[in-house]
Amino acid sequence: MKSDTPARFHFPWVLVALAAVIAYPLVPDLDARLLQFTGQPIGRGISLLFIYGILALGLNVVVGYTGLLHLGIGAFFGLGAYITGILTVTAYPFQIGFFPALIVSVLGAAFLSVLLSAPVLRLRGDYLALVTLGFGEVVRFTLRNLEEITAGTKGLKPIPPPTFLGEVDWADYRYFYFVTLVFLVLVYVMLRNLERSRLGRAWVAIREDELAATSMGINSAKLKLGAFALGAALAGLAGCLYAFRQGNTADPDQYGFNTSILVLCCLILGGIGNRNGVLLGVVLVVGFDNIISPIMDSLIQSSVTAAADPATGEVKFFGLSLGNAGSPYLSFSGWRLMLFGLALILVMRFRPEGLMPSRRGREA
Amino acid sequence: MEQLLLAITDANEVQAFLGYCLQGLTVGALFALIALGYTMVYGIIELINFAHGDLFMLGTIMALTVLSVLGMTGQAAATASSAQVLVGFFLILLVVPVFCGAFNSTVDRLIYRPLRNAPKLAPLVSAIGVSFVFMNLGLFWNAAVYEDGRPVPAASPRSFPDLVSSDSLLGEDATFRFTRKDAMVLAVTVPIMIVLTVFVKYTSLGKAMRATAQNPVAARLMGIDVDKVIGMTFIIGGGLGGVASVIYSLYINTTSYQVGFQMGLYAFTAAVLGGIGNIPGAVLGGLIIGLVRTLGSAYVSETWTSAFVFAILILILVFRPTGLLGARTREKV
Repeated sequence: MKSDTPARFHFPWVLVALAAVIAYPLVPDLDARLLQFTGQPIGRGISLLFIYGILALGLNVVVGYTGLLHLGIGAFFGLGAYITGILTVTAYPFQIGFFPALIVSVLGAAFLSVLLSAPVLRLRGDYLALVTLGFGEVVRFTLRNLEEITAGTKGLKPIPPPTFLGEVDWADYRYFYFVTLVFLVLVYVMLRNLERSRLGRAWVAIREDELAATSMGINSAKLKLGAFALGAALAGLAGCLYAFRQGNTADPDQYGFNTSILVLCCLILGGIGNRNGVLLGVVLVVGFDNIISPIMDSLIQSSVTAAADPATGEVKFFGLSLGNAGSPYLSFSGWRLMLFGLALILVMRFRPEGLMPSRRGREA
Repeated sequence: MEQLLLAITDANEVQAFLGYCLQGLTVGALFALIALGYTMVYGIIELINFAHGDLFMLGTIMALTVLSVLGMTGQAAATASSAQVLVGFFLILLVVPVFCGAFNSTVDRLIYRPLRNAPKLAPLVSAIGVSFVFMNLGLFWNAAVYEDGRPVPAASPRSFPDLVSSDSLLGEDATFRFTRKDAMVLAVTVPIMIVLTVFVKYTSLGKAMRATAQNPVAARLMGIDVDKVIGMTFIIGGGLGGVASVIYSLYINTTSYQVGFQMGLYAFTAAVLGGIGNIPGAVLGGLIIGLVRTLGSAYVSETWTSAFVFAILILILVFRPTGLLGARTREKV
């Protein structure tokens, strides 16, 4: 541990990043200009990044700190969203406010996570990973099939906007931008403190060597359960914010294995176990999907349409036929999985600890 | 459940029940074939090869391509003579497994082998990456195989020529349906599983595989070329996946770039259910999952079958944490 020696000066990148994201909506017309230029509502996209940031930090508690491979975090994200949905839409008699719904979502997700993980804690490694995966799929199918309760693939809607700020126009992206940012910062600071606490160090001890940790008197079953609960609670929080931001709970398929893997990819690309790395991963992966890719798509689309033969739809590039204008390889999002996959493979080959490795990992 | 009890009391229903069981076992044999690819690779290098399902998907598109080259897709398939059908069937049964096996071992050579001594998460994540790349390749490839000279939207499912008919072999009016397709699945999978068992048990390469699975260092000290053995495992696992893609394409008659994810997930579940790394376990797991799916959709509801499969998996793992037959594996400290 280096905490006793005087710390070297580190450039406060985190604070600079925080200042930048606070400044972005405050600069007048910046978002409107970018919208004009790129055709994408970037401010709205960034609030999605904050939500995924919370989700990824939650997964990081389980995978990064405690070292348990969790392949079903999307389920708890979805549970948070659906609990919020049930508690707020007009189809149900509850219709409670933002904060009560948020608290119930967080606790509900955590409770279900404990209920699931308690009987399977003795499973090891890959078997545990598969149980989380299986649970995630069970939740997804259940949400989809219980149409009387969850409205099936249509999702619950409309979720009324929060009222704690008084009568404001939530269509303005800036309100959700700051609400989600505040929650992200709170979660970040909480995890920062938690990492340095007895609990955080115990989790890392379990990750490094469970046998040694238990022989040092750490109750590994209880702590693993705690990690699962906290991870699910943060996912539930993210789900609640997501539902409020969307105004509906979205299709249950939004919370399936694909989402779980996407969030895991954020962790791995960014640097597993490192909060800043995880957030960097979210910016790269989710930002790529939701901000960069639509922009590139519209840019490429216009040039493809311009180059396409109006009669046959054949696209020629310097006389070379590139096939039909609708071909997937002529759109940017058609290459999405390829780029993701190659990024994962290359990062694992050349920087297996991620782009921003965890400091503890480096010292070890 | 009530219906199930009712089914047992009625003689006619008993026959229908047995029919469902048989169908379940047939689908299960298919799952088992894919599950073997997961379990063999896991058994030898402890890697959950997430890309295996997508390799299977590429196999189905390869089969479609071969048939398209032979001019047996779309409208043309209906008019093909039985000799043509036979040639087409055996040709894809030869080409696709070879392609899948070779592709699988190439990926191992290029991507997984450099990571042999890396932390366990590294190859796993690479496999997820390979799975993404495969899916994207499948998307492009799917768009490139034209149907009757027309381009097809990349993401749309493709219908597969109905080379093996679904005529019942026991007469059309029997409640107990056993079709030509069912017969084909069993006629291909059962011999393959027997050959595989004999191969792993009695040949020297099979022995080398088991030795490497047990302890790669000791195996190397005994003069076994561990890298070659691992490469062979990938070839065999991929080849079995290729056979499965041919059988699947002819049985289900449709494919898309997403089919690998779904089938892969079930097959992987089958492998874990039986005890991952254990070859008879994978077969048992596949059969169980096939039965659960078929009986679930027959007696409860089609939309719930997937949830059942995973719920049963969780339940079995709660009571047998290393799968049904996976008792041998122990934690290495």
